[in-house]
Amino acid sequence: MKTVKSKFKFKGGVHPDYNKELARDGAIERLPLPKELAVSMSQHLGAPARCLVKAGDFVRRGQVIGEKAGFISVCVRSPADGKVKAVEKRVGAAGAMADAVLIDTTASLPEDAPPPPVLAPMDWSSATREELLGRIEEAGICGMGGAGFPTAVKLNPPPGKRCEYLVLNGAECEPYLTADYRVMLERAPRIRLGVEIMRKVLGLPAVRIAIEANKPEAIAAMEAAFADIEGNVEIVVLPVLYPQGSEKHQIYATVGRVVPEPPALPIDVGCVVENVGTVAAIADAVELGEPLLERVTTVSGDAVATPKNVLAPSGTRYADLLEFCGGATERPAKVISGGTMMGFAVSSLDIGTTKTTSGLLFLSRRRVFQYSSQACINCGRCLRACPMNLNPAEISKAMEVDDVKTAEDAHVMDCIECGACSFGCPAYRAITQFCRKAKNSIRARIAAERAAAAAAKASDGAAKKEAK
Amino acid sequence: MKPKTAENHYVLSSSPHAHARSSVSRIMLDVIVALLPTTLAGVWFFGMPAVWTILVCVATCVTTEALCRMAMGRESTVGDLSAALTGLLLALNLPAGIPLWMAMVGSVFAIAVAKQVFGGLGMNPFNPALAARAFMLISFTGPMTTWLAPVSRCCRAQAACGVDAVTTATPLAFVKAGQLDQVPPLWNLLIGDMPGCIGEVSAIALALGAAYLLWRKVITWHIPAAFIATVAIYALVSGRAPAHVEVLTGGVMLGACFMATDYVTSPITAKGKLVFGFGCGLLCMLIRQFGGYPEGCSFAILIMNAICPLVNRWTQPRPFGAK
Repeated sequence: MKTVKSKFKFKGGVHPDYNKELARDGAIERLPLPKELAVSMSQHLGAPARCLVKAGDFVRRGQVIGEKAGFISVCVRSPADGKVKAVEKRVGAAGAMADAVLIDTTASLPEDAPPPPVLAPMDWSSATREELLGRIEEAGICGMGGAGFPTAVKLNPPPGKRCEYLVLNGAECEPYLTADYRVMLERAPRIRLGVEIMRKVLGLPAVRIAIEANKPEAIAAMEAAFADIEGNVEIVVLPVLYPQGSEKHQIYATVGRVVPEPPALPIDVGCVVENVGTVAAIADAVELGEPLLERVTTVSGDAVATPKNVLAPSGTRYADLLEFCGGATERPAKVISGGTMMGFAVSSLDIGTTKTTSGLLFLSRRRVFQYSSQACINCGRCLRACPMNLNPAEISKAMEVDDVKTAEDAHVMDCIECGACSFGCPAYRAITQFCRKAKNSIRARIAAERAAAAAAKASDGAAKKEAK
Repeated sequence: MKPKTAENHYVLSSSPHAHARSSVSRIMLDVIVALLPTTLAGVWFFGMPAVWTILVCVATCVTTEALCRMAMGRESTVGDLSAALTGLLLALNLPAGIPLWMAMVGSVFAIAVAKQVFGGLGMNPFNPALAARAFMLISFTGPMTTWLAPVSRCCRAQAACGVDAVTTATPLAFVKAGQLDQVPPLWNLLIGDMPGCIGEVSAIALALGAAYLLWRKVITWHIPAAFIATVAIYALVSGRAPAHVEVLTGGVMLGACFMATDYVTSPITAKGKLVFGFGCGLLCMLIRQFGGYPEGCSFAILIMNAICPLVNRWTQPRPFGAK
């Protein structure tokens, strides 16, 4: 095991104010079980889980209340005992509406209630690869860095593809967020165990632990935890630059490989990237039989009385988190789920956290600005900031007149929506939003084309049958 | 910009929720600040006529901008300072002795015709100040090519013949005529003690301003470097005049650092900027050597403005990970 400096620097990137000092030194605190949870069926990337409970049902802690609904999907387990008050539409992890199970945790269970389901602790060294993958899947684990990709899918590369490097993402380049940082400091042995389990599942790849240079304590904690590990393991110290935590850029910074354009995935260049929090969750699921029911969320922002890193069950309402942190010092003008660069603004504090809620920010009016429709002055700051080396100015100008074709020709589908372009735009243009709009219309068009092709094929087949 | 919200709602907007807090007006202000040294040098060398020209151009441009926006029923854009900057740049591209009404007509042309007709800031294909200068050169050829001698020499001449101001030929006119011995010495070229447009004479002041823009990251080095290097290399190869004379006289320094770097009318990619700077330098020297005018800097930049969209198309960046 050794610590090295990153040898590869990607083009572009920006330096937003990190504001991490607000919550950085606050040890992880456990939130007392809230009276009500709003557990979303869409806590991950991919198909929302299929809800298995209805109003009036009693649920036990760990009980599957939403089953995996597709290949790219994960199950949802109840984070607590209680009674289902209702199932209704709420904002999910991806920002879209999805079913949420409202659980009253104060309800007393009937005497004949079944015991809570138990996942047996496993000995990872004797368990098979399939057993470990099965456990990760049944524990409902998805990437906890933000995107929420189902972990069991990621750890099971398609045939013919081999993982050569396991990259541990501890960059946490989003402003304000310190959840991963605290996990690295306080749960280093769990991360070590998780890495060993993942190495076994992935066929003993080399390991690269990526941490930004502004987190020396986290680097020291990882060095201590991994000191005696065998094999090709390196801690790679990354320069402080947003978006250092982006999968593609992290792979480049640690291994020097470039992931080709979509639909290529990191595994196509022999890499798997996993967030440090996810790795700790894998250790808990395997060694303790503890499914993913809770996570550390950084509650911060200049409108919060006491910013904290809170360990809370998924489904915790934002209002409960705010109250736990001493409430607001002034009326927040904007509430953001996630970080300030890629998180999404929410309209209500009645929404529940998910497995991917890395942060919850309450910003005062002074920290909030508005995009305008000022014309692009062609200054080129967005081009220089874009880590994907796109031409965001061109895309935004095209999308202003709904010219999706030009945006597509400008490779808008490569956009990772990191926000670096909008961040530096002196005309305050909503460039990232224009890119998102273009991507959505292109995806919708491709889906429509596929559906039309499938329909044509079906009718073609029917016609042939008739002809016979 | 301050967000507009009802009191009992949270602001909803697409990410990112952080901003570098740069602004268009701050960029324009930076350019104006960067132009102060050469403006002061111009005033020092050409005296009150320079002051009046500058004031008239800036005031006329700002007024025209306000009136145009009003006539079109659009929000005022005077606050972004781009009109004030255009006025200053136009004045710096005029000879000090120009009749003020001509400066006024040029300023109206710059804002009304070269900028607002196309939709205002960000939409104009040609650099407004240079378009106005070209318009004035054609319309008022005589006054636009009558050069005041710098005050220092003027004073000596006044003492000798008792006139108000002395007109003279620019170093480039001497070069054109093959009278290289008439070109002022290097020191005069550097500090700007020579006839020329108000803002183009002092190479040192212009370099100071350009350094400020580079430091503030308002401009990148690509266009000025490519422009000036092309002029210098052309001079060395053609042997028409020494390279330092070609670079330091006429509009090359002002053009390369402040006119060709105008965001709206120059390419957006680094590669495109290099092509653009090279084209400007080459056309400038071709016009100087073979054209009818002794100086071709503004025409060179205007021609390159015209092909800027094409250069942009040639030099699209290749995405990270693309083949």
